[in-house]
Amino acid sequence: MGFFKKKDKDKPPHIEIDIQKEIKKAEKEEKALWIKCSSCHELIYRKEVERNLDVCPKCQYHFPYSVQNRINLIFDKGTFVELYRGIEPVDFLKFKDTKSYKVRLQETRESLNRNDAVVCGQGKIKGIDALAAIFDFEFMGGSLGSVVGEKITRLLEEGAGKGIPVIVFCASGGARMQEGILSLMQMSKVSGAIYKLKSQRIPYITVLTDPTLGGVSASIAMLGDIIIGEPKAMIGFAGPRVIKETIKEELPAGFQRSEYLVEHGMIDMIVPRKEIKQKIHQLLSLITT
Amino acid sequence: MRYYLDFEKRLEPIERRIEEIKKFHNVTEGHYAKELSGLEKKVSKIEKEIYGDLSNWQRSQLSRHLNRPHTLDYVSHLFTDFTELHGDRRFKDDPAIAGGFARFEGISVAVLGHQKGKDVREMAARNFGMANPEGYRKAVRLMDLADRWQKPIITFIDTPGAFPGIGAEERGQAETIASAICFMFSLSVPVIAVVIGEGGSGGALAVGVGNRVLMLENATYSVISPEGCAAILWRDGAKGPLAADALKPTAPDLYELNVVDEVVPEPFGGAHRNWQETFDHLSQVLSKHLKELLSIPGDGLRAQRYDKFRRMGIFQEQR
Ligand SMILES: [Zn+2]
Repeated sequence: MGFFKKKDKDKPPHIEIDIQKEIKKAEKEEKALWIKCSSCHELIYRKEVERNLDVCPKCQYHFPYSVQNRINLIFDKGTFVELYRGIEPVDFLKFKDTKSYKVRLQETRESLNRNDAVVCGQGKIKGIDALAAIFDFEFMGGSLGSVVGEKITRLLEEGAGKGIPVIVFCASGGARMQEGILSLMQMSKVSGAIYKLKSQRIPYITVLTDPTLGGVSASIAMLGDIIIGEPKAMIGFAGPRVIKETIKEELPAGFQRSEYLVEHGMIDMIVPRKEIKQKIHQLLSLITT
Repeated sequence: MRYYLDFEKRLEPIERRIEEIKKFHNVTEGHYAKELSGLEKKVSKIEKEIYGDLSNWQRSQLSRHLNRPHTLDYVSHLFTDFTELHGDRRFKDDPAIAGGFARFEGISVAVLGHQKGKDVREMAARNFGMANPEGYRKAVRLMDLADRWQKPIITFIDTPGAFPGIGAEERGQAETIASAICFMFSLSVPVIAVVIGEGGSGGALAVGVGNRVLMLENATYSVISPEGCAAILWRDGAKGPLAADALKPTAPDLYELNVVDEVVPEPFGGAHRNWQETFDHLSQVLSKHLKELLSIPGDGLRAQRYDKFRRMGIFQEQR
């Protein structure tokens, strides 16, 4: 980098720009080839991780998994039909922090080609019908707002009406602050629908992936009849930083990770990604037949 | 102890002087009577200036005012025969939530809510109204008894939020809040939730699924505190006033969004300025809603509660 300083006035400027571009491009490619595991901090070859269902081959940390990959992983080929696609978010509070919610939504929707942070649908898991909601953490941290709440509520009502089990794959930082009180109210709306589903004796399974926190954890996630954690997923009500600042103590090793929650009786089991379809099928067949 | 917020500070010396005069002098006539009436005029003039047009940030501060009546104050002034019940039968008694059975206008009801403290010692003992899982489990236990015995439930909301701690997480803070919310949808008795002070996020909602949700004029109810929101979105906790404007957590805002059914007026300046007037206002409103709900059968109450929360949320739909 030191060779081409801006002070070197005898260098034609367009060449300099090209070189900087090249460096950036090279850096980008380098980054694209390798990723750092956020759990064991090893540098791993990206292709190797991708081939391994986005699981770190060194420590088995489960990286966030794309919605499309999740659908392909869980549902029998060609059986998944998306539901409630047309529901779109609205900036009804005209919320503005460093950026307006309206702009934030526009940019996120364009870059991810998705309306909001959850995809709902129906499909077959080894032949068994199931309704599913899959959170997209990329979309504003998988936050729970009016759209996510409405879609999942409809899904649960559909499950209650048709007698089809409901499975939710969670990945969320919590409620969507930009929707103020109505984001909080989604917790109650969804929980009411879960109550309805359960009263109809329809099974409700949740799979908690990294991270599942706040308002999603304290409604959708922890109400599962059966709760499955992905390995090393962070699961909790308050985030670790808030807890640390409040109590001014170090947090125990492995705190709020799936393994810790199993130990404390908060979730049923940890299932690695490569076994999840088999496990869900087994559970559904045990419950329904 | 009388406590003054920063924006109320101008009142402090005058009101201290008023107290002093009333305490030590004959105020029915003469010099002190004259001084007193002058001071009182001054107070009402300043009141108009400082309380006349409250910002969201000022309301957020008022909602946490240390001199505001808290849950047990409402219980002792609006109810009779209060018998407090303790414990979640699982782990311990959480003093951040208090509750039991009492009579409201002669009707036997379950009453419960977050309890902050009025002085430093009580605040610490009650963890500033921030409940642990056992607090919500106690609330569910009391609501379950009320349902079985067919008594209406009145809850008071006044909490910064559920406590963020190691033990709280280990004992399932998220699960207990979720279960409490979900459980409230099963209730076949009238449920009235009243936001009396600070309605902090999931910890507030855990006792907030009512057939009616009432809110005091200067109470706030929000997904996150303005300070917390500012720390995350502005990366600067001091931007609380901006966050309070953006979050729209005040009673009029929530009425507008159909989250609360009625705003209960407070005395000018806030509930802390005149407890009795606050009690009278709430008592009237509570009485009206309870009477309406008592005529609805259990299934109807459950359905009404479901529909009320089912409608919450704003989105658009392309077909
Ligand atoms: Zn790793």
